[in-house]
Amino acid sequence: MKDSLDTLPKRLVHNAQQSPLRVAFREKEYGIWQTQTWRRLLRRVAAFSRGLERLGLARGDRVAILGDNRPEWIVAELAAQSAGAISMGMYQDSAAEEVRFLLDFAGARFVVAEDQEQVDKLLEVSDRLPQLERIVYDDPRGLRGYPHQKLIHFAELEAIGEGEDAETNRSVLLERIAATRADDVAILSTTSGTTGKPKLAMLTHRNLLSMAEHLLSVDPMEQDDEFVSFLPLAWIGEQMITVACALTAGFTVNFPEEPETVQENIREIGPHTMFSPPRIWENLLSEVQVKMEDAAFLKRRLYEWALAVGYRRADALRERRALAAGERLRASLAEWLCFYWLRDQLGLRRIRRAYTGGAALGPDVFRFFHAIGVNLKQIYGQTEVSGISVMHRDDDIAYHTVGTPLPATEVRIAEDGEILTRGESVFVGYYQNPEATTETLVDGWLHSGDAGYLDDDAREQQHLVVIDRVKDVMTLPDGTRFSPQFIENKLKFSPHVKEAVVFGGGEYPMITAMITIDFANTGKWAERRQIPYTTFTDLSQKQEVRELVREHVVRTNEDLPAAARIRRFLLLHKELDADDDELTRTRKVRRRFVAERYREMVAALYGAASEVSVESEIAYQDGRTAKVRTALAIETLESETPAGEENP
Amino acid sequence: MNPSLSSAPSPAPPPEPAETILEVDGLVLRFGGVTALDRVSLDVGRGELFAIIGPNGAGKTSLLNSISGLYSPQEGSVRFTGRDGRTVDLSRLAPHRIAQHGVARSFQNIELFRHMTVLENIMLGRHVHMKGGVLSCALYWGRQQREEIRHRARVEDVIDFLEIQKLRHQQVGTLAYGLQKRVELARALALDPDLLLLDEPMAGMTVEEKEDMARFILDINEERAVTTVLIEHDMSVVMDLSDRVAVLDFGKRIALGTPEEVRADPEVIHAYLGDADPATDS
Repeated sequence: MKDSLDTLPKRLVHNAQQSPLRVAFREKEYGIWQTQTWRRLLRRVAAFSRGLERLGLARGDRVAILGDNRPEWIVAELAAQSAGAISMGMYQDSAAEEVRFLLDFAGARFVVAEDQEQVDKLLEVSDRLPQLERIVYDDPRGLRGYPHQKLIHFAELEAIGEGEDAETNRSVLLERIAATRADDVAILSTTSGTTGKPKLAMLTHRNLLSMAEHLLSVDPMEQDDEFVSFLPLAWIGEQMITVACALTAGFTVNFPEEPETVQENIREIGPHTMFSPPRIWENLLSEVQVKMEDAAFLKRRLYEWALAVGYRRADALRERRALAAGERLRASLAEWLCFYWLRDQLGLRRIRRAYTGGAALGPDVFRFFHAIGVNLKQIYGQTEVSGISVMHRDDDIAYHTVGTPLPATEVRIAEDGEILTRGESVFVGYYQNPEATTETLVDGWLHSGDAGYLDDDAREQQHLVVIDRVKDVMTLPDGTRFSPQFIENKLKFSPHVKEAVVFGGGEYPMITAMITIDFANTGKWAERRQIPYTTFTDLSQKQEVRELVREHVVRTNEDLPAAARIRRFLLLHKELDADDDELTRTRKVRRRFVAERYREMVAALYGAASEVSVESEIAYQDGRTAKVRTALAIETLESETPAGEENP
Repeated sequence: MNPSLSSAPSPAPPPEPAETILEVDGLVLRFGGVTALDRVSLDVGRGELFAIIGPNGAGKTSLLNSISGLYSPQEGSVRFTGRDGRTVDLSRLAPHRIAQHGVARSFQNIELFRHMTVLENIMLGRHVHMKGGVLSCALYWGRQQREEIRHRARVEDVIDFLEIQKLRHQQVGTLAYGLQKRVELARALALDPDLLLLDEPMAGMTVEEKEDMARFILDINEERAVTTVLIEHDMSVVMDLSDRVAVLDFGKRIALGTPEEVRADPEVIHAYLGDADPATDS
């Protein structure tokens, strides 16, 4: 890494000098994709950074950012880093109390908030944040009559920063940027924390940029590439591509108009690269499945035929078998009659590489995307290693593995099966949490908390296989180790299943599951069959819906070793929600919390009763609450095969 | 919302000598033997959020229709002072002329073109401002093109304001009721009105949709400085939003004042609750 390019702001300067008129950002506003060049981006960063300094920002200070993906988010981040300060992204759907905790813990003096919604949260807790000096807001809508001395408009701060003399300003900024060092902490990244309060991982410029370089050396991206940034920028996965990779490769980042228009906007842009957590891919799959059910007979038959051909082609590619001539012909027919158009509908027409990461994606979902011609690859990593340490290589993809380590990244398995990583991208520690740091970082090895193994499987390179969180891996009565996540992902393949929480091993004598239905898709299914329903709870307890899910569970069981089969399950009366702490902000199930919260239901799953009664509190819009009693039916599946007959 | 904020002085309440934008004077409207409006008089100050309430059949919609030119009242006048300072009597003008003077309205029952997209419907709101003729529109060249782009920019501003970007290209007929109401509001707003007349903008909405709509109405009134007259049944909405309230009963204006004054008015209580009974006395 050259000295002149060893921090994120230095790369910004470099891009602004090398290709000043290339488009850095595009944002849809007023129905039109509005562009910002690298030169303009640098100018905005200069203004904002100098503005923050004039209000007292010093090296090493923390600047928090709270809002949807917009160019201003990145301007604020790079401006903070240019002044030697640290940026900290917060999930935009965080509750006021979570925001308060993070701001307080990080001791942030400045926070950049998108709009009224975020400002309201901040003002609600600002009395308890004495060190918070300024709240910079971007969208003034609805903020009239908010005469709060801490508030300042984004443009106003930029104007302060611009001062009188643009030229001096610019040279001061370039000086500041030249003074940034590779080992300065660039961002504080909240870890997803499936247990307890979030921790703040400190990632340096060196961490982020070595990650970007290694990733780009495997999968090059070009200046002409397009990328759509729509996942929370507080998430390390979005930081990886939107910030570190974009600054390194110089491609264009596109910001959607509104969170609701993301899908439309992706289709308009036709990105070359996409990186999403499994839930996005699962949603896309469900959408295709549901729409195909609604399609006309001929179209449906064509799709079914093409998909069968696609599956055969994908399987052959994966197993590196050559296809027979006839099959090749059928494959290209399927491509031109169906898959090309299907990918176009999904906005994946130009996609070169699609990544999934952040959690495990079920192999069936994987296989589907390969069948329709999307080069979907798994990324494995943690926030603590700047997001990525292991990934699939093109043409070396196995659905059950996460691929091979990036260049200059070492991965090994500890005695107890834990995955350890070492390399330049490994973080320097948790912010003000030395105990957690020493636990996680031992002799430069990052302890991931994930259990896994290296799979030889007759490939040139060993692939890493991730089983589950070490804490969650369960030992079945017959002694085999099994991952609840694996079963959950199989269950989630159905478009009618949104989330599944599987219990088993340890204190539990058999395997059971709590399933939440996908309200939109199941609702549609019910409407088509003229099954009337009112609420989520009502729909989930319909005889027909229970039958539907039951059939799916039976099919899932067929693929599982006898000891790992689901014996009893119930359909939950509500969706799991991050606001209720049941999911993390990145939408991972917090298994322990769920088990604790739904204690009675778990107990009933292991009892003999055929239903369990739950009392839930419903908060109405106007603030009133009411208690509602519902009986949840428990489905029991008979075990027709004697245990221990098959292998996983 | 933060309590320290709601106590902040709101810029909304107009000072007393506020310029009058609309002056309804002695309006009488009869349908055969029925007197729908019986010498109704009221005045709306520029920038005010003015509500008209009353029991069913009190004549609220008739009053709004008389202002916007759908009905021609037999007696009285509706004097409107536009941005240019000129005062006209609306009761003598045709509806499209009234629109040109900067008065827009929405309807109690949605009156949109169901088979057109949201964007096309809202663009219609700009129609009164369009200058092109049949020929120049067909050629779509030069001045006409620039004009169309300018109108589209105004429409996009309204779309952004009412947060309906996602719906731009959807057919109005396929939208949920609450959203159709919002599109209708957007069309009225696209006209760049000086005075906005809303006939039950929240009728039939869910609590959440009502909250959204209430926020939009406040924003329109305060941020875009549009004088707004609305008819509404939901009392909590009226009392929260409006600066002043007029109460109609059987075609007569029985009260006029701030929400607090109106709420305490014995005649209003009588109109709504029937014969006064000591228990209902507030």
